[in-house]
Amino acid sequence: MNGLINRSIQCFLTDTHGAGLWSRVAVAAGLDFENFEPMLDYDPVLTDRVITAAARLLDRPRETVLEDLGTFLVSHPHLGALRRLLRFGGASFVDFLHSLEELPGRGRLALPDLDLPQMLLLDHSPQDYTLTCRAPLAGAGHVLLGLLRAMADDYGALVWLEHQGAGLDGEVIAIRLLDDSFAAARPFALVQEAG
Amino acid sequence: MDGGMPPGRVFRFDPAAADVLMPMHLGLQPDGRIVSAGPTLRRLFAGLPLLGHCFHSLFHIRRPSGLEDMGRLIAAAGQRLYLSSRDGRLAHLRGVATPLIPSAEDGGGLVINLSFGAGILDAVRDHGLTDADFAPTELAMELLYVVEAKTAVMEELRALNLRLHGAKTEAEERALTDTLTGLRNRRGLDQALVRLPRRGGPFGLMHIDLDFFKQVNDTLGHAAGDHVLREVARILCDEVRSGDTVARVGGDEFVVVLPRMGDAARLQQIASRIIRHLNAPILFEGQVCRVSASIGMTLSSFYPRPDPQRMIEDADAALYASKRAGRGQAVMHIPPADPSDLQAG
Repeated sequence: MNGLINRSIQCFLTDTHGAGLWSRVAVAAGLDFENFEPMLDYDPVLTDRVITAAARLLDRPRETVLEDLGTFLVSHPHLGALRRLLRFGGASFVDFLHSLEELPGRGRLALPDLDLPQMLLLDHSPQDYTLTCRAPLAGAGHVLLGLLRAMADDYGALVWLEHQGAGLDGEVIAIRLLDDSFAAARPFALVQEAG
Repeated sequence: MDGGMPPGRVFRFDPAAADVLMPMHLGLQPDGRIVSAGPTLRRLFAGLPLLGHCFHSLFHIRRPSGLEDMGRLIAAAGQRLYLSSRDGRLAHLRGVATPLIPSAEDGGGLVINLSFGAGILDAVRDHGLTDADFAPTELAMELLYVVEAKTAVMEELRALNLRLHGAKTEAEERALTDTLTGLRNRRGLDQALVRLPRRGGPFGLMHIDLDFFKQVNDTLGHAAGDHVLREVARILCDEVRSGDTVARVGGDEFVVVLPRMGDAARLQQIASRIIRHLNAPILFEGQVCRVSASIGMTLSSFYPRPDPQRMIEDADAALYASKRAGRGQAVMHIPPADPSDLQAG
């Protein structure tokens, strides 16, 4: 079920850089269709080709494109559903961090063949964490970094984040919690009002 | 381990610990009065102090029925209870009761632990519950998460269905085939006509209108009418040459495009054969359907610069001439004698 992921990347490129860029990316990545369908499966190499083509056409480092994608996924109003699903991780940013290991399992509760990155959280102290992430897409850690940054904003937490490269178990992100109630959290209700 | 108690058999914890483990518990004295209530229940009953009230005056156990006093409730310990609050704010609670061991200070009593059951979504929405209102071990958050994810997935599927529906409609509009007969439709005819000049060479056009079709429809029904149309389509395809195009362009109107046709006598011959075969009775479920056909025809060789649209109009005029002449006939368009008239038209 990688259509959902590919479609999010398409949304990100279209919304932030325009439909024209997306068309050029689709051609450069050798897609023989114009749009990814969220509910369909695609060859996993397509995701990588799309990211590579986007980085080349935007003339920006791949890491930056991936990080912006991660931020977009959480902060863009069109994709409110993902932000809400992530907020189910807990009442605070730390609760949320602890819930990340369960994310692939939760994803599969909804879509049995959804393949989300495997994550491992180590807590060195109540302020210091490392998150290791293993995913088929090279550089997925940068997506996670952008996503964590946006989620910290959502929870109103002040954090320092650093991508520390890839180790044997995957990409490593260092997280330091500077202030867990730095700003007001964005409102969140467990059940949305109907309509 | 202490006091010679068998290990692991006796729990004694204060109500604060019960609050952590069971945020929706009620502690009842042997007389049924509520002496403790978990924090989530207290929140749900804000404005209505639970403590000191009789459990049975606030809650109604719907099933098992008849548990109207403490003695019967104690006898039902361990069973699943279906209950609601009498004020209606919590209609579909689930619960389980378990007796407390009497101590020196009190005479035992009961603990009832409650949960929302299938009413959880309404309860969370109506009372603005959060993660903190559920026991840390509860799966309520997973349930709410799945509901949320399912809603998002359904939304995506709905969007996909709309896109597919749009694509299907578009495909149908673009389709060149008449679904009833399998012949070309008007769009398919237009496409065949556009391609004609590119092929070069003379060509013929035939406009066919069924006679008495309306009577078949009116007396024998639409199913008979549809059957007749399919039979007519079959006959037309049998009688024309391979490479000719047969299209159904209206209810009982057909157009045949005949490339490489420059001979008026040959065209007349084909038309006569079509009429002869269409005059034969068509059987539908034991009923005899009788139709005939009127045909108007024209040939590209009549025109200095043949224009298919103009030729369709001329074939149409010839068709009405044949109708006026008494049906069941094929009439050829007669080109104007003076070539200058053609130039003008």
